[in-house]
Amino acid sequence: MVVAPPAEEAEQLKPAGARTNLLRLAGIVLALGALGFVFILSIAIGTKDIPLATAWHVLWNNDGSSEAVIIHELRIPRTLLGIAMGAAIGLSGSLMQALTRNPLADPGLFGINLGAAAAIVIGIAFLGVTSILGYVWFAFAGAAVASVVVYVLGSAGRSGSSPDRLVLAGAAVTAMLFAFISAVVLLNVEVFNKFRFWNVGSLVGRGTDTLLQVLPFIALGVLIALILARPLNALALGDQAASALGAHVTATRVAGAIAVTLLCGGATAAIGPIGFVGLAVPHAARLIVGPDHRWGLPYSMVLAAILLLGADVLGRTFDDTEEVQVGIMTAIVGAPVFIALCRRRKPARL
Amino acid sequence: MNALKNSAATRILRAPGGRISLRVPARAVIVCAVLAIAVAIVSVVSLTTGDYKLSVPEVVATLFGQGPPGADFIVTTLRLPRLLAALLVGAALAVSGAILQSLSGNPLGSPDIIGFSHGSATGALIVIITTTGGMLETALGALLGGMVTAIVVYLLAFKRGMHGLRMVLIGVGVSSMLLSANSYLITRASLQDAVSAQAWQVGGLNGRGWEHVQPVAIALAVLLPIAAYYGRRLSMLEMGDDAAKGLGVPVERSRLVLFGVSVTLCAVATAAAGPITFLALAGPQLARKLTRAAGPNLFASALMGAFLLVASDLGIQRLFPSQQLPVGIATGVLGGGYLAWMLAVRWRARS
Repeated sequence: MVVAPPAEEAEQLKPAGARTNLLRLAGIVLALGALGFVFILSIAIGTKDIPLATAWHVLWNNDGSSEAVIIHELRIPRTLLGIAMGAAIGLSGSLMQALTRNPLADPGLFGINLGAAAAIVIGIAFLGVTSILGYVWFAFAGAAVASVVVYVLGSAGRSGSSPDRLVLAGAAVTAMLFAFISAVVLLNVEVFNKFRFWNVGSLVGRGTDTLLQVLPFIALGVLIALILARPLNALALGDQAASALGAHVTATRVAGAIAVTLLCGGATAAIGPIGFVGLAVPHAARLIVGPDHRWGLPYSMVLAAILLLGADVLGRTFDDTEEVQVGIMTAIVGAPVFIALCRRRKPARL
Repeated sequence: MNALKNSAATRILRAPGGRISLRVPARAVIVCAVLAIAVAIVSVVSLTTGDYKLSVPEVVATLFGQGPPGADFIVTTLRLPRLLAALLVGAALAVSGAILQSLSGNPLGSPDIIGFSHGSATGALIVIITTTGGMLETALGALLGGMVTAIVVYLLAFKRGMHGLRMVLIGVGVSSMLLSANSYLITRASLQDAVSAQAWQVGGLNGRGWEHVQPVAIALAVLLPIAAYYGRRLSMLEMGDDAAKGLGVPVERSRLVLFGVSVTLCAVATAAAGPITFLALAGPQLARKLTRAAGPNLFASALMGAFLLVASDLGIQRLFPSQQLPVGIATGVLGGGYLAWMLAVRWRARS
């Protein structure tokens, strides 16, 4: 077996490295441009369609007109929330797939979404929580507990964590939480009625307050994740090779798990369970930039933000009276992308 | 590895003349016998206990039409069909899971994980929410939803042959999409419809009668022999396509037939009882662990699935007699607990 040289040496060995990095940089600038475009669309499109020119004008001049109020008080907070949460979910998916070397790693599959959901059900049913701001803290705690349990279950024992064990641990936690949620919800119709609307994932009605509450967690998670990019590259070669290269395997895993909890817990708390973004986006990022996490992680953030916000905008255009929630739209938009990725080639190796 | 280790304990039965021979791993036979006895015991307990207690002779007399007054309704209308539904649905789900896990070469390749159950749920939810259809229409919706999902997953995953991991990946994708669709359907329904949809989505046996038992029984009677016949090819397919082809197995056709059997079993079972979680995933794995035999262990899986579902249903009926909770809650807790236990205790000891 050929042992790959450490990343730095590999770059020196490859004269084309500098040029590839330039292309990757150009790619991310392009992606940011696309994000800007979706941002403008998100501000212009809604129950009340505002012409692009007007949207652009009132964006910079808050002139007190009804358009300006809608844009500044509803759509800008919603858009910013979408971008921040999209980036967090994309990054957490990418991080999870790298940490577990598992192309199926996803907040949904690993039980983290359901951890948040179960905590919210407890909040509604036993503590009388009714507001979204109230949900936030329960969801965050539930996601944190679920990811810790999945991680501990999946990595207990001397052999350390392996991809299969983590997915199985996620499946175990998911099954038990689903059973718990079902029992509570079926015994109490009022709890069910509140829960079913949170359970689809939506950016509606969560404004600046929600964003500010979860932003510190998200920011910390992003910071940890980006610091981990280099050790994650080493981890991709296998635990033993990573240790040989001087990466601290356990420390990387623990720090990674903390970052995942912060990102996914924060995002799920704020906008509900969002499927698909964490699963599909890292595959797309790898397809564009290859396995280097120093590029893959930032790409995942930007691509996920585009996907989530784009899905939200699309959801507003379907029906004049009622929006289709963003959690549904990410599935409808994300699933075909994901399936196309699966079909185009063998599943990306991590 | 396991196959080699077990070969010493394997007996080969031959019919006179040696025309028919059957390899019988001794350990698997013992496991199946123990499971069969366990199923029998739980069945007797669930027929005799409850609000209205009956002795075993009374139940037997009732089955022959000579029981005490009132017992006839309790046994032949309430308890027996529910018991049989649990046995058959449990067996069908576990066999379905055993085949699919073996085909995909992945312990996660069970029908509930790759979306067939969610597809059945989508079909049923559409019926519950958009029409005033009863139990039969709901079951038909579930059947159709599961089948369509399976066909879509198969077609999407098929590309110059079938690749196990690709099927699981695409199945997870489709599954995730359907889960969102189901949540959405539940938000669009009236509260009353939403509650019954949610209850259906968990999977349960409350109020199951002979009309639910019949289709599952017919499906099992037809499909189990096919599964058993093709089951030997499964062990060869597990070795890889090239090895299987070398042994003379028509790879794609066998895979298609087995896939069809697995999907139909899962869809029929789900139509009868809702998407009961975890049996298709955990049943075959438990059976395989106990028998320590290679291959899909179809017969042991069927018994294990039947036992798990009957025991779970009995448990949830006796623990919460007044609430009528669906059995899917119990299988979820049990299945999740089993996996957690495996992860925390068994795998630690072994590694």
